Parts: sequence; C-alpha cells; structure tokens
Amino acid sequence: MSVQNILSQFQSTGIQTCFHGRHINPQIYAGLNGSNWSLKDYEARGGYAALRKVLGKDGGEGLTQDQVIATVKESALRGRGGAGFPTGLKWSFMPRQFPGQKYLVCNSDEGEPGTCKDRDILQFNPHIVIEGMAIAAYAMGISVGYNYIHGEIFAAYDRFEEALEEARAAGLLGANILGSNFSFELHAAHGFGAYICGEETALLESLEGKKGQPRFKPPFPASFGLYGKPTTINNTETFAAVPWIIRNGGQAYLECGKPNNGGTKIYSISGDVELPGNYEIPMGTPFSKLLELAGGVRGGRTLKAVIPGGSSSPVLPASIMMDCTMDYDSIAKAGSMLGSGAVIVMDDTRCMVKALQRLSYFYMHESCGQCTPCREGTGWLSRMVDRIETGHGKDSDMALLDNVAENIMGRTICALGDAAAMPVRAMIKHFRHEFEHHIAHKTCMVPAYV
Amino acid sequence: MISDATKARFDKEVAKYPADQKQSAVMACLAIVQQEQGFVGADSERLVADYLGMAPIAVHEVTTFYNMYNQRPVARFKLNVCTNLPCQLREGQQTLHYIENKLGIKMGETTPDGLFTLQQSECLGACADSPVMLVNDRAMCSFMSEEKIDQLLDGLRAEVSKS
Repeated sequence: MSVQNILSQFQSTGIQTCFHGRHINPQIYAGLNGSNWSLKDYEARGGYAALRKVLGKDGGEGLTQDQVIATVKESALRGRGGAGFPTGLKWSFMPRQFPGQKYLVCNSDEGEPGTCKDRDILQFNPHIVIEGMAIAAYAMGISVGYNYIHGEIFAAYDRFEEALEEARAAGLLGANILGSNFSFELHAAHGFGAYICGEETALLESLEGKKGQPRFKPPFPASFGLYGKPTTINNTETFAAVPWIIRNGGQAYLECGKPNNGGTKIYSISGDVELPGNYEIPMGTPFSKLLELAGGVRGGRTLKAVIPGGSSSPVLPASIMMDCTMDYDSIAKAGSMLGSGAVIVMDDTRCMVKALQRLSYFYMHESCGQCTPCREGTGWLSRMVDRIETGHGKDSDMALLDNVAENIMGRTICALGDAAAMPVRAMIKHFRHEFEHHIAHKTCMVPAYV
Repeated sequence: MISDATKARFDKEVAKYPADQKQSAVMACLAIVQQEQGFVGADSERLVADYLGMAPIAVHEVTTFYNMYNQRPVARFKLNVCTNLPCQLREGQQTLHYIENKLGIKMGETTPDGLFTLQQSECLGACADSPVMLVNDRAMCSFMSEEKIDQLLDGLRAEVSKS
C-alpha cells in the first residue's frame, strides 16, 4: 500500500456532510452521491440546459444579456459569500460596453471559520459552477474567468480542473461555445493559506501573484479589478444558483424563499450538534427546523448560543436565535449577519470567554498587517481575552476591550478589522457576566467545559 | 536548475494567464516546488523569479505571506491540525494534544526521525468533518478520532520503514 493509498482512506466521502438526504428542496446538492460529479452525470440531471437556453441552443430563441440580468434580479438571489449583495444588481454594474478585457472571478476561497459548503459543491457538483459562470460571463460580455480556490482543499481544486477539462472537450468552454458566437475561457487558481484572500480585492491581488492585501475601495472591482480591468466577483454558491434560476425563472426561485431573500441556501452547521454537515434549505426556514435537521444539540444538551453566519458574525444567545428564521433579513434584525451561512452551535457547557479567546487569536494571526487599527488592535484583543481566560484579567479590561474594538470598527481598509471587533462586542453584550466572573474569580463559571 | 518535468507543470499554470501577467502563476509554481522538494528555499525562489520574470523579493513576499509555504525543510509528513472554534468544539484541541503525546513532540516540532512535523492550523474549510488534519498540504483527513490517528500515523510509519 502506498502513502497515497493510506491517506486516501481518511478522505471525507461526503456521506455525513452532503449526501445525508436531510436537505429541503435542494437545488445545488440535489441528486448527488459523490461519484456522479462528471459532465455526463451532470447533463443527465439537466445540467447545461440553462446555458443552452441562454445561447438559443435548445430550440428556443436564446436570451439577451439584459434578459439574463433581469431574471437574476427578479430571483432576489443575494451573494452567498457573506455580504448578501443582490447578484443581479452587481452584474448590472459591469460596464458591458467597455472595449478592453473584462474578467469574471469566482471566490472559492472558503476560509471563514465554520464554512465548508463550497468545498462540497466543487467536489461533488463542479459543473454547476462552470455553467453558472458561463451564463454570468455571457450576461456581462466577459471572455475570461478564474475560480480562486482555498488552498487547503486541494482535492476540490484538482476536481475542478478535471471538470474544466471535460467542459472544454465538450465545447462548453472556450471559443464559440456550442457553436454560438459566445466565447469564454475559464481557469482554476488556488490560494495557499491566507484567510484574508477571501476578501475580494485581496483575492485579486493574490490572483495577480502578490501578497493578499486588500485594496482601498473605491474604485470597486467593477471598474478596476483584476489587472486593473473591470471585474465581477461572486461566491461559488452564488454562481451555482444561477442555472436553476435560468431554467425555472426568477419568480420561481424567489418563491422558493421569501421576499427579498430568494431561493435555497446552504448552511454549514458545526459545533455542538449531533450531525454536523451542510444543509440546503429554503431561505426563511426557521432556525429550529435547521437545528432539528442537524440532529439537535449534541448529547441532548441545552442550546446556549449560536454564531449564525461564520466566525465574524455577532454571536446570538439561544433565546434570540430560536425565534429567527434563516435568511438575511431575520438574522440582521436579530443583531447579527447571515454571512456565509456557517452556523456554529454552542451548548450550555461552553465558556464564551474560551470561545472568544480562540476567535480573537485567529483574527490576530490572519490580519494582513496593512492597517494599524487592525494590525495592532487584533493583537490587543487577543492578548486581553487570553489573560481574562487564563485568570489574569483586570477590572479595567472590560472597558478596554470595548474601547479597542470601537477603535478598529470602520477604521480599516477591509472588513477583517470589523470581523475581529464584532465578535468581541457581541460576546460582551450578551455574555458580559461570564467575562466579569473570569476576572473576579480567576476561574470559569462553566466548570463542565471540556 | 528546473527539471523539464517541473517546467511543464509551471507552463501549464503560466498558460492560464495573459502573456504579460506571468507573475499570476507564482502561487501555483511555489506550491509545485514545495510538493517536489518539501519546502521553498531561497534558491527555489530565485529560480521561480527568473522563470516568471519577477524580482526575487517579490517571490519572497509571497512565500512569507501565505501560511502553507514551508520556508525551511519539514518532516516527510507535515500534519496540520485545525483548532479553530468549530473544530475546538469538536475535539480539535484534544486531537492536537493526542498527537503531541503520541509522537512525543510539541506543536511546531519535528520528530527526531524526521518523519512527522506537527502544526496547529487555522480554519481548513472542512468544519463539519472535525477533527480534521491536513497532511502535506494536499490530503485532508476527516473525522480523525484517536483510533483513526493511530491507524494513519502507524500506517505511514510502517509504509516508510518498508521502503
């Protein structure tokens, strides 16, 4: 047995995270089993029918660029990477008449702690991303695209490269796609361990072969993106939603979810649940239902808190979370963000100081160092939370934590500063007594913590 | 000297980008160097710089910015265990400690036989598979219970001693 064979025995099969049959009306994960990722299987599931429809290769008249963008607008599809920006609107910002090269970029740099949905899309249904990108490229008059994939999920990168080869060989990518006058080249690129490259302008820098430090905006990528050319960047799951929308119509997609929050969304549930995994469910599904799909709280324990949209989103106590539905507007109203849809569940044995200690260390570690408030501030936050957790906190630390967080918020080029500050402020807001207990008694008030 | 086989791999990456943007391939080229040599040293950085028409310092900026590039030699197997919050909630930290005890080293260290380097890592993007461990940058090992860690590490050790 070779080293490769030994390692492959420990590879995830996707059975626990993706093929568990506990999705609700899935569109992106529908019909997957781990071995049916190839072009032939994708086409058997109706794949590339949307691209054929757009290009008028299904016997129809085809769709104009404006029609495609109008359909996506009507669907109320919002960016699945974290910001939730309306996709159709973003596409309409691309200056289609720009005479030079324009680029399309897929952000598969999935590094927001808690998020692992794009990995399963890329490994088990890569063609849906290729088709979505091709349709987007057509709508915006773009001829070259890149998919930038998180370096740690190399198997997904290799799989995507294989899928690209299949698509090229079948005339679904390249010059004159399916005999039309639309041409689109698509390539895969990979990161190599930098959380910050999930930020779209840092990703562009990285794609240009530089260290991934975010750019000041404006100018926005739509006018000054990759190599200084107009560029549209969307998340993997956003592109993956597009074929269904084109096949079934914007209105049908909108009706899968709720107003202003169209379609299905994939949630990655991690932490204290019985069945961690990815769950694709309609927007607006109650959180309680999602928790039930994931088997409930681990060991039958009581829910304490949930970080609803990746580690950067403010934590919410159980009482608030149980009243939320899983969509952008409900979670925002509750004081947090749907973000990337990464739901981190914590039960009543969890110490919030310890949880924040790990997150604050992460943001310090991943700050790119460009802006002083973030470079210095994330270190302050991490060191202060660390000393509170280890029993060396001072009474003045609570005010100081808040002060440092306040001084980072809104004072940096990109959102990493805010992402580091928001968890701190939310933890203090909802679980202040735990921090005060740590400082006063030099010990944790949740003794059962493991 | 870059071998012809390596050049072919570099060229495949370079071909993805516009002719005047060869630098874009630097991330992939350095990852290839690391896969073939185990680390990215100053000599390799200079060769990649020449190949892509970059200043060596610009390549060094990339090597030092991204966490996964090894700037010095590591063991035959580099083990990266995720301990970020979602993994911490599912025994990520205990997994790291278990491996420390099993191998008799602390995180960041290499076993005396040069077989294993153990590192704590940030989010690997496989949160629902926790505990997770990345081996040599490319092989994600999922649901790594103590039993499976024993199987993996003992299996690798046995395989290497055979050859």
